[in-house]
Amino acid sequence: MAVTGLILIAFLLMHMFGNLKMFIGADSFNHYAEWLKGQTADGGILYPILPAGWFIWIFRVVLLAAVVLHIYSAVTLWSRALAANPTTYEAKRKLAQTYSARTMRWGGIILAGVLIFHLLQFTVHATLIAGAFEDNPYKMVLGEFSIWWMVLVYAIWMVAVCMHIRHGFWSAFATLGANTSAKARAILNGCAWAVALILYIGFMIMPVSVLFGWIGA
Amino acid sequence: MNVTLRVWRQANAHSEGRMVTYQVQDVSPDMSFLEMLDLLNEDLTVKGEEPVAFDHDCREGICGMCGVVINGTAHGRGSSPVPTTTCQLHMRSFEDGAVIDVEPWRAGPFPVIKDLVVDRSAFDRIIQAGGYVSVSTGSAPDAHANAVGKQKADRAFDAATCIGCGACVAACPNSSAMLFTAAKITHLAMLPQGQPERHLRVKKMLSQHDAEGFGGCTNIGECAEVCPKQIPFDTISQLNRDLIASLFKRDGK
Amino acid sequence: MMTTTTKPAAKAAKPLPGADFFTLGEDIADTKAPGGPIDKKWSTRQFEAKLVNPANRRKLTVIIVGTGLAGGAAAASLGEAGYNVLNFCYQDSPRRAHSIAAQGGINAAKNYRNDNDSTYRLFYDTVKGGDYRARETNVYRLAEVSANIIDQCVAQGVPFAREYGGLLDNRSFGGVQVQRTFYARGQTGQQLLIGAYQALERQVAAGTVQMHTRHEMLELIIADGRARGIVTRDMVTGEIESWTADAVVLATGGYGNVFFLSTNAMGCNVTATWRAHRKGAYFGNPCYTQIHPTCIPVHGETQSKLTLMSESLRNDGRIWVPKKAEDCDKDPRQIPEEDRDYYLERIYPAFGNLVPRDIASRQAKNMCDEGRGVGPAVREFDHEGNERMVRRGVYLDFAEAIGRLGADGVAARYGNLFDMYAQITGENPYETPMRIYPAVHYTMGGLWVDYDLSSNIPGLYVTGEANFSDHGANRLGASALMQGLADGYFVLPNTINDYLASAPYEKLDDTHPAVKEAVDDVKGRVEKLLAVQGNRTVDSFHKELGHIMWEYCGMERTEEGLKTAIGKIDELQKDFWANVKVTGVNEDFNQTLERAGRVADFFELGRLMCVDALHRRESCGGHFRAESQTEDGEALRHDDEFLYVGAWEFTGTGQKPVLHKEQLVYEAIELKQRSYK
Repeated sequence: MAVTGLILIAFLLMHMFGNLKMFIGADSFNHYAEWLKGQTADGGILYPILPAGWFIWIFRVVLLAAVVLHIYSAVTLWSRALAANPTTYEAKRKLAQTYSARTMRWGGIILAGVLIFHLLQFTVHATLIAGAFEDNPYKMVLGEFSIWWMVLVYAIWMVAVCMHIRHGFWSAFATLGANTSAKARAILNGCAWAVALILYIGFMIMPVSVLFGWIGA
Repeated sequence: MNVTLRVWRQANAHSEGRMVTYQVQDVSPDMSFLEMLDLLNEDLTVKGEEPVAFDHDCREGICGMCGVVINGTAHGRGSSPVPTTTCQLHMRSFEDGAVIDVEPWRAGPFPVIKDLVVDRSAFDRIIQAGGYVSVSTGSAPDAHANAVGKQKADRAFDAATCIGCGACVAACPNSSAMLFTAAKITHLAMLPQGQPERHLRVKKMLSQHDAEGFGGCTNIGECAEVCPKQIPFDTISQLNRDLIASLFKRDGK
Repeated sequence: MMTTTTKPAAKAAKPLPGADFFTLGEDIADTKAPGGPIDKKWSTRQFEAKLVNPANRRKLTVIIVGTGLAGGAAAASLGEAGYNVLNFCYQDSPRRAHSIAAQGGINAAKNYRNDNDSTYRLFYDTVKGGDYRARETNVYRLAEVSANIIDQCVAQGVPFAREYGGLLDNRSFGGVQVQRTFYARGQTGQQLLIGAYQALERQVAAGTVQMHTRHEMLELIIADGRARGIVTRDMVTGEIESWTADAVVLATGGYGNVFFLSTNAMGCNVTATWRAHRKGAYFGNPCYTQIHPTCIPVHGETQSKLTLMSESLRNDGRIWVPKKAEDCDKDPRQIPEEDRDYYLERIYPAFGNLVPRDIASRQAKNMCDEGRGVGPAVREFDHEGNERMVRRGVYLDFAEAIGRLGADGVAARYGNLFDMYAQITGENPYETPMRIYPAVHYTMGGLWVDYDLSSNIPGLYVTGEANFSDHGANRLGASALMQGLADGYFVLPNTINDYLASAPYEKLDDTHPAVKEAVDDVKGRVEKLLAVQGNRTVDSFHKELGHIMWEYCGMERTEEGLKTAIGKIDELQKDFWANVKVTGVNEDFNQTLERAGRVADFFELGRLMCVDALHRRESCGGHFRAESQTEDGEALRHDDEFLYVGAWEFTGTGQKPVLHKEQLVYEAIELKQRSYK
């Protein structure tokens, strides 16, 4: 759970940096997209260590494995918790539990559902709303995020993702043994907030800019 | 003062339970919560009804025998200004006329025996799995043979104050007994006497923890919040560190 | 094979007081302590005791009742030795035993402080602390093995307090002049018990100890003159079961709960030892009760137990009551200095607030009896049976200490005690003086045992607070933990083998007449309790018994009062069996039934305590007879008449008990009368 979660957080950070290339311009963003897929003239990322186009598939397999293992661990933990907790309290009051900690499971399901839509939209291109984009990722992104409700959907989704990370980041380090004192706990929680906020701002600034026409206008 | 209690009544492990409402009159604010239950029971007995069963013994907060969930928090932590056991919670923490919900610890590995009494023998079995130093009587070296730095001695002590009441499990949304297990792991891991069995101990105790049916830890922190002895939450990370280290040791393979 | 020899009763010069209530039997003596100098006796005994071949040990079964320091340590040690151990406790886990509540520390003659401590000095202090009513040989051995206890506990991982150099810290405790007390914050008992518990659970995992929790012993099985087993009630299902073995060990603690209010746990009871007593085991010195002066006072009639605060509070706190009764309900801060009576400093200028426990306790009672007590008034009945409201509390004032050390300085020394006081009373002791009152804390009496810790019934051993042996008439601070662990780890495992060497004994099955009889007795008793269906609760009887005991057999005892008490107990006991209300059925988790059985035994014990207190017309240790005091009101011993252990034999319900005296011989220590003026 912890290790796969941290892999996914690292991926998100990288994804966010990539997205921010939208601000530099169409060429830069498109080049980046093609470079990842090994479609650029220099053979793309990690060429010639790997044949052109291989990296993206290895990368996808690793991510998929992380997601699958993450979900598997979550399901195991959840089912153990359900088995360990056959009856519920008539009255229950939380003292320490944060909203993010409480919503890890249902929140996780919701964000996994939207993830499928997101992949269908931007990777498989099956659910594109704004229509054809002429093999130009830059235009595709511009098109999709010009729709106001699409930005809203992503804004909400990213709240879920970042809340998941707010608890997940701290929890992953605690599971790996880094919570060595009350002070360490405060620091880890502080970092978790920072990562969650950076991701939220970093991810949302681009779609918002598209919507308001600050990019690509 | 007078209070209204809604108490979980359950005849035995196999029967269905339900909340039953009772009025308790002439409660003194100086009474402990359990003395208030005594008052209810005296009243029920005189009326010929069966008194409410609840576990208790020392009534000074150290034996770990008592423990009920009061208004949704273990040992009534939510009503008390300080960490407490149920026996050290006093009625002055409640308003006159309050409605108070009283329930047993709820967790699969802690089946209800009757009313508010649960079976916590799973804790003993976790200790049996390795929560000790293997030193037979008479074979000990002089007490000063090993010096222990004050910092480690203090940390060992903080963890060793666990009274095994089970509030951590009762409060945990996963019904995990990780704080209990981690307290013992940390206590013995900090001391030189605990080193020879350190890695084997964490594997054995954790596997018994899982075998008992306790849930896994998701680092929520309810356990440490209700703990009457304030076992540090970071003991769980100590357990995790020892567990990770133990995966690279041959002990117990 | 009797473990005691008898010799003709010493010709009584004059009849003993209260002779209507008992008969005098033959003197008894301990026959197990070998001859020779006192410091060689234990090694001689260890050498002379018969041994059991390790290969034969697993064929022998030992029952141990109780899982506190004495029981848990013995179960673990005998399990390690290879015996088959059956261990029982009434709690849900062996870790709950009331040893856990001891705060202060544990003595050991380690002399780590280089302050002239030695085995002999610990022995001397313990005998003197016991007011010369303990058996020399047992106490010397206790001091001798004390150092091993610390080694053993440290090896188990007990986190004793340490200094920055990493070595163990010591403090001085209980008025002795050397620093020999090892401690673990204010939770020494808990940490020692958890150490023993872990050792015990290790043996449970190894299969040598079978643990039976939530099982209460209700009867002893004796076959062919030997203790061979017990009958228990499963407190969850109500099943009444018999268990047989080659020897039985009782480690069931003290009986302070006969007073209803005490610092004991709610479940502490006398049933195990009382049942053994009824089957022939002598009860030694039942009247010796220790009353602790610094407990939190009773808040009202619904109080269920009392909480002790460490005596160390008296080092800096000053004890006083108002000079005038009309000031008693005033805010203490409004009472000017000249209207306060610092009575201990006034009466005992040399020792002041640090006089011994019994003196501090008795004087607090005197002040409250005079009507100068403070705090809430509690309903009581006087000797004529008239209801009265009395304030039972005296001030323990830290204002002077806070002025001298600052609030932080006081918090550094007593912070945890102040927090505890604030949590229980809801008052802030940094601002208003604490209120304290004495409470029953420990019982020195218990089943009579010889040097081997064997009772007079062959095969029945008694350890820890449940026996009478080491503390005489008063226990020294920090020595209860020492005795429990000494008995459990080091003494019993080296003496019980002498008895087990002749085992295994003939197997007893459920059809054996002795087993059947014991089981039927228990069932009959349970049925009898359930059949009464009266209109009074068990607790109301227990409280009333407690009031009688506290009033007449508490801090100060008189011949007249004790006789009154005996009459009242007899009446109350009759009323109990006619009017008690026990709800529910046997075949269930039934806490009312559990308590009813215990209270029924407390009546019989309480009566014997009064008879013992009545016959001992001297003041010694925790036993203060108003008729035996010096002109200054000091306790006055009568070594010429009472230098013996009073070992009581049960002769039948309603029959007079028989007193057997074990004359105490002091060879290593000279007898002295104490004085604190």
